[in-house]
Parts: sequence; structure tokens; C-alpha cells
Amino acid sequence: MTVLDATGDTGTGLVHAATSRSAAAKKGLTSPWASLAAIVIAVLWTIPTFGLFLSSLRPERDVQRTGWWTFFANPAITFDNYAEVLFGGNQPLVGFFANSILITLPSVAIPITLATMAAYGFAWTRFPMRDTLFVAIFALQIVPLQVALLPLLEIFVGTGLNGTFWTVWIAHSTFALPLATFLLHNSMREIPAELVEAARVDGAGHVRIFTTIMVPLMKPAIAAFAVFQFLWVWNDLLVALVFAGGTLDVAPLTVRLANLVGDRGSNWYLLAPGAFVAIIVPLVVFVALQRYFVRGLLAGSVKG
Amino acid sequence: MTLLDKLLQLLVAVVVFAAVMGVVLLVADRARGRRADLVSGIAFTAPALLLLLVGLLYPAARTAVQSVLDAGSASFVGLDNYIRIFTQPDLVIVLRNTLLWVVITPILSTAIGLVYAVLVDRTRFEAFAKALIFLPMAISFVGAAIIWKFVYEYRPDQQNIQQIGLLNQFLVWLGFEPVNFILAEPWNNLLLIIVMIWIQAGFAMTVLSAAIKAIPSDIVEAARLDGVGGLRLFFYITLPSIRPAVVVVVTAISIAVLKVFDIVRTMTGGQFGTSVVANEFYVQSFRLSDLGMGSALAMILFLLVVPIVVYNVRQMRKVDAR
Repeated sequence: MTVLDATGDTGTGLVHAATSRSAAAKKGLTSPWASLAAIVIAVLWTIPTFGLFLSSLRPERDVQRTGWWTFFANPAITFDNYAEVLFGGNQPLVGFFANSILITLPSVAIPITLATMAAYGFAWTRFPMRDTLFVAIFALQIVPLQVALLPLLEIFVGTGLNGTFWTVWIAHSTFALPLATFLLHNSMREIPAELVEAARVDGAGHVRIFTTIMVPLMKPAIAAFAVFQFLWVWNDLLVALVFAGGTLDVAPLTVRLANLVGDRGSNWYLLAPGAFVAIIVPLVVFVALQRYFVRGLLAGSVKG
Repeated sequence: MTLLDKLLQLLVAVVVFAAVMGVVLLVADRARGRRADLVSGIAFTAPALLLLLVGLLYPAARTAVQSVLDAGSASFVGLDNYIRIFTQPDLVIVLRNTLLWVVITPILSTAIGLVYAVLVDRTRFEAFAKALIFLPMAISFVGAAIIWKFVYEYRPDQQNIQQIGLLNQFLVWLGFEPVNFILAEPWNNLLLIIVMIWIQAGFAMTVLSAAIKAIPSDIVEAARLDGVGGLRLFFYITLPSIRPAVVVVVTAISIAVLKVFDIVRTMTGGQFGTSVVANEFYVQSFRLSDLGMGSALAMILFLLVVPIVVYNVRQMRKVDAR
């Protein structure tokens, strides 16, 4: 499932095959019009982000009065906007940045741990109703999280957890479980049964088999889901707004940014760098772990 | 809370979670003999099952009940909330917008993703070209909404005032008057939809590109020897070969689109006739505190998603079976 690094196989193999194929490809698809169309799409997809990025580096006066394209006629760059939005004012973004990290780490680690264990239980142990329960978890992927939000909030208010990170951690962990359990179960079934049998003959119990054989072998699948879940939690607005939005104390970046927009968009010089601060972390993770993400994407295209 | 308090909360969470998991594994490990399998099985699956029961199943059931109760969950009102969704004019607009989103977004994202995947397939810059379309997927809906709000930004057409939004600047360059796009009902819905297409095209491209590369090369070679090339190759060979993947992509995007909330909330807050079911759910539940209506909208969302998910899963099975 290597999608992005499979950049074509010309250069290897028989010269004859390579030339005939590339000649055919040229004739068919790399006509000037096709190239033009690809370039147009690529430019359309890149320009908006580039515009925001450039704006985040322009002085306040320039951003508020002129478009970012005037930069090329009148170049001026400053990091003051970043400094002000990160550390200035009474609600500096750096605090929300910390909250985003504090929310994301457990919200990724907890469901992965629970789902890996559950996947093992469903794949390699026997107990009554096992298959029924697994199908039930699979079916829960259908439930949109909106359906659970109101009563879950009531529960949190009732238990006094409201206004702490616990609400967001528990909510994200719960909503991730159906897909995580399903995906990890699938890849756990692919591990050869002989391996487990051999360990059993050696006297290993379920816990030892799980920790010494399964978890190490499951690393790629776990990484794939971890990237998926990381992006989901870091970029989430709805769950954060419902459970952590009431108190800015525990709110993540997305909530703060959404509020900044609410101020009638008059502060573009802060909004642009603010948005970039929020974007840069998932972008770096994404580029670095792209391979795993694509794997996860191709394994399960449904997210509940 | 200071940062220290927050870190303490994190530490407590880590300790509590590790302790609970430690106990669970210990219990599973202590069981020996004939009952070992049973005890281990329950120990391994119980934490996840318990969390799903309390955090998802029970709340979902309660939402279903609340949807036939009034705003304060005090008395039974039958299907009144549902009837209001389909009759009250502003809520009918919400349904119309949702329909627009769910029809336009999957088709255009998939079409653009597919065309792009074919165009850059086996070219020298494939990896780089793909990354450009792919990257918006890492950006949050909130971030994407801000990026595009900046494109659509409008400044009144007066002397000494320049446009700062690219789209309006283009209008001015072409000699037209700038337009306050976000207020232009019902076309503003399309502007919001474009943001979602911008994000989802990368997803479509990635999955479809993998499908294209999986087409056996002898089929393509044979077709080429017969003189089939270009568009005919695309319509007679490529498209039929990847049809199941196309269906999976279209349905997956439809599901994501139904739940889209962040884009609408960030760009318009649902004003100017742009609200969708997922946004209206939030407004009714948490701003207007109408629990009955909020729950009914959540149930509508659920009922809309179910047939698409079922269809999607069945198609995925077919893809896997190939």
C-alpha cells in the first residue's frame, strides 16, 4: 500500500518495456492540455494557503489595507504578528497551544491501548457472545458522535468532571473505539496462528503473548491509527466546543481560533498567524508519517 | 488553572489509566487452567466495552428518547420535533442546504481527485504534485475555513479602499464591482462547499491513485496495442476497473459531509441561509437549549448516515474480496 512513494517504475527493468510504456503514456496523458489542467488544479489548491501564510508575515498595516499579492511590489516582512498572537493580550495563543497538546496525547494513547487489548480479546480468546459483541462494536461505527453529545454532557455535569480535561479525553477515547478496535482486529487476524500456538506450547499466557508477540508485530497498524487519531483530535472543534468550550481554561487552539473569527474578521493580522500556528503541528506530523496515514486511510475510509 | 495544575491533571490521568490497565492485565494473567481463556477474554475486552456502553450506547439511546420530548425533556410531544424540521421554513432551508452539500461535495471532490490522479500518474513530479493536493487534509476545518474566508473577504467599493480577498480582487481586475460573497444567498452555500471539496479532493486522489496503480498493466498494455489511448482508455479501461474504489470514496465523503459542522460555524455561524443539519444541531442543543429539537436533528443525522454507511461497508467488502 505504498501510494505516495510509488513514483512510477521507469528506470528499472527492461529498457524496451520502459520506453514503450513511457512513449504510450506520453501520447495518451501528458499532452500539453493534460499538463495544463494538472498545473491549474495544483495552483488553485495551493494559492489560498500560500496567501494566508504570506499574510501572517506582513506588517499589520499592510495586512489590513492591502491584499497579500501586493507584497511582491512592496515587500516587507515581520514576525511581530506571531509574537503578538502567541504571547500578547490577555488570552495568548500559547496557552491554548499547550491545551491542544494536553488534550491530544491522552486522547490518542487511551483509545489505542484499549482498542489493541480489545482487538486481541476478540481475535485470540474465546468467551460467550464474543462474535456478537464484536459485530456490535463494528456496527457502532455508524453512530455519528452528535447523537451522543447531549446526554454525555449531562453525565459529565452530574459527575462534576465538567470543565476539566477528563471530559474531552473520555469523549475522544470513546468515539475512537469502534473504528480503532475494528481496524486493529483486522490486522491482528493476519498474524499467523502458528506463532501464537508456539508461544502457548512454551507456556506463555494471554498477557505474555499480547505484550511480547502481538504489540511488537502490531506497531505499523498502531502507528497508522495513531496518526489518524492525532489529526482527528488536534483538528476537532465540535467535541472541544461542547466539553471544553465553556471554560477557556481547557479549550484547545481550534476553539480559540473559531472565537477569533467571530470577532467579525477585523483582525486578519492576528488570524493569519494564529491559523498557521494551529496548522503547522498536524502538517509536520502528516508529512513525517504520511506513509502510515495513507495505510490507515486505505484500510478504513469510514470514521464515526 | 495554571500550566502546573494542568500537567498535574495529565499526570493523574496517566497514573490512573496505567493502574487500571495494570490491574486488568494482572487479573488476566492470574487466571490459569480451563478458565484462563474466559477470564482473559473478558479482561481484554471489558474496558473498551464498558466505555462504549456508558459513553456511546447509553447516550445514543437517551438522545432517541429525548427527540420525542419537549425542549426541557419534561413532556412527551410525539413526532412534533421531527414534523417541525420538515415544515418550519428556516429548518427546511437547513435540510435543503444539507442536500446541496451531500450531492455536490462527493461528486466534485471525487471527480477532481480522479482526474488529478490520472493526470499526474507516472509523471516525473508525481510525488510532489500529489503532496500539494494532499496537504489540505492535514489542516483542520477551522483552519481551512479561515484560509478561505480570506479568499472571499469583501471590502466596500469606495475610493482608497483596496480589496484584500483574492476573489474580489480578480473581479476588480476584470472590471467588475466587488461582491460580498458570504451574504449572497443561496450561492454562499457553494462557497462553503468549495472549502470541503478543497479538503476532500486529496482523500479521493489518494485512494483512487492506489486503485489506478493496482490495475494489471497487461490490461492497459493490451488496450494500448489495440490503439486505445487518452480519453477512451480512461472511460473504457481505467474507470470500470476502479469503479468499486470510486463508490467507496463517494460514500465515505458523503458521510463526512453530513457531519460537517466546523466549516459552517467558522465561516458564517449558520447565518445568511447557510446552516446545515450538523450545525443546526449544535445551535439548537447548546445555544437555544432546545434538547428535544437538538436530539431530533441528531437522530435525523443518524438516519441519513445509516444507509450510506451500510452501502459503503458492503462495497468495501467487495473491494477487499477482489
